[in-house]
Amino acid sequence: MKIRTLKRHLREGVKNIFRNGWMTVASIGSVTVTLLLVAAFLVIILNLNHMAEKVEEDVIVKVLIDVAASDDDIKTLGDEIKKINQIESVVFSSKDEELDSLIKGMGKEGKSWELFEQDNPLNHAYIIKAKEPKDTAVIAEKIRGFDHIYRVNYGKEVVSQLFEFNKNARIVGIILIVGLVFTAIFLISNTIKLTIMARSTEIGIMKLVGATNGFIRWPFFIEGMLLGMIGSIIPIAALLAGYYYIVEKLVISVQIPFFELLPFYPFAWQISLVIFLIGALIGVWGSIMSVRRFLKV
Amino acid sequence: MIKMENVFKKYPNGVTALNGVSIHIEKGEFVYVVGPSGAGKSTFIKMIYREVKPTTGLVEVNGANTSELKDKEVPFFRRRIGVVFQDFKLLSKLTVYENIAFALEVIEESPRNIRKRVMEVLELVDLKNKARFLPNELSGGEQQRVSIARAIVNRPDIVIADEPTGNLDPDTSWEIMRVFEEINERGTTIIMATHSKEIVNKMKRRVIAIESGMIVRDESRGEYGYEN
Repeated sequence: MKIRTLKRHLREGVKNIFRNGWMTVASIGSVTVTLLLVAAFLVIILNLNHMAEKVEEDVIVKVLIDVAASDDDIKTLGDEIKKINQIESVVFSSKDEELDSLIKGMGKEGKSWELFEQDNPLNHAYIIKAKEPKDTAVIAEKIRGFDHIYRVNYGKEVVSQLFEFNKNARIVGIILIVGLVFTAIFLISNTIKLTIMARSTEIGIMKLVGATNGFIRWPFFIEGMLLGMIGSIIPIAALLAGYYYIVEKLVISVQIPFFELLPFYPFAWQISLVIFLIGALIGVWGSIMSVRRFLKV
Repeated sequence: MIKMENVFKKYPNGVTALNGVSIHIEKGEFVYVVGPSGAGKSTFIKMIYREVKPTTGLVEVNGANTSELKDKEVPFFRRRIGVVFQDFKLLSKLTVYENIAFALEVIEESPRNIRKRVMEVLELVDLKNKARFLPNELSGGEQQRVSIARAIVNRPDIVIADEPTGNLDPDTSWEIMRVFEEINERGTTIIMATHSKEIVNKMKRRVIAIESGMIVRDESRGEYGYEN
């Protein structure tokens, strides 16, 4: 295509946006609403995902060692555990360290446990992390078979439920987003269809004087893309402002375990870019779908 | 230039608009197409610029069989045919100049050529001083001259006019006919469907009469042949 022609299409596309007045407002409005929803869902799903990953990472296997085991026995046990393939790290935690972390973990109430510092009833332990959180159960089973084991803890029920929940949340989230994007495409293609019908005379004349379909299509293509991009402005602004507020103001004041959001930078900007691209894509797709039907010779 | 052989056209709603039409029109001819309303004149005209395709039979225009044209070839086929309508079909938001230039813009002519050619045709239809007017600021006759200018700005081989004077008073109609005469004198083939007895009888050109989808009369210096 000639540069001159491309310029003409750009000019026409921009002009059409102003020419179509309320129709333009309606299209942009529908894109805006949809992208707001998509942005909200994306933020929620990705953060849930992030939290789930955090929780998954925190899943450990704690091997409590029999009090009767000697230092050599403990060392041998540690070496044997290290031989298991799926294991990422094995850390020894003495019973004093165990008590310390227990006292810290209890906060104010931990004070009363300090009494036990004289006669610590806890066991030495190995704290094991799996390479893949889903292998936790297998690892625990293997270790159970070793000698000098008092108990192997890994929160069996919680872990399997957590994995199941995370998997479902991701699927539901993706379905919702795809559904929303298609709704937006449908909405914008309908609105562009209306603007095309309003300009069917113009298209008719263009065809009559021998304009190619590509030539007729371009301005609509650009108009759609611009509608989508403009429609993404408010959602992006809302996303940046809203997420900034939540991350920097709200979350800091309320402390909930595991409730750790993705940091504002770069996450919010990445999502903004995604929203912008989805907007442009929705616009282009919507316009292509509606123009196609009008151009059958 | 235009050849139809045994052309039938049946629309999906069951109406048979053309019922075995065969005709030859040579380059440079001026042809009137007459007949009662609903006789098939419009379908005949639309056949030429491939707005409709024949159900059976052959339509050949400028050497192209319209049934065999691919969709993407149609725009290029139409660039060699100018069309004028009863209702002018001008874009109301564009000026006279822009309306005419539009026809060249969409075929990607250079701006220099566009300016030159638009000024030429404005001169021909005598509207040079109204180039900046909007269509609704013009009289009906002037609007029709703009639409003729748009049809010929691309220097087509054939100009097709579907009742171009249908909405105009007699004086204005003559004005329009003079423009068509001039275009024809420059070698352009003109095919015009009309209901105007006065025009046809005065001009003494080839007349093709269509009734019930069939050509019932084809005279080289014909008369209108119907009561108005």
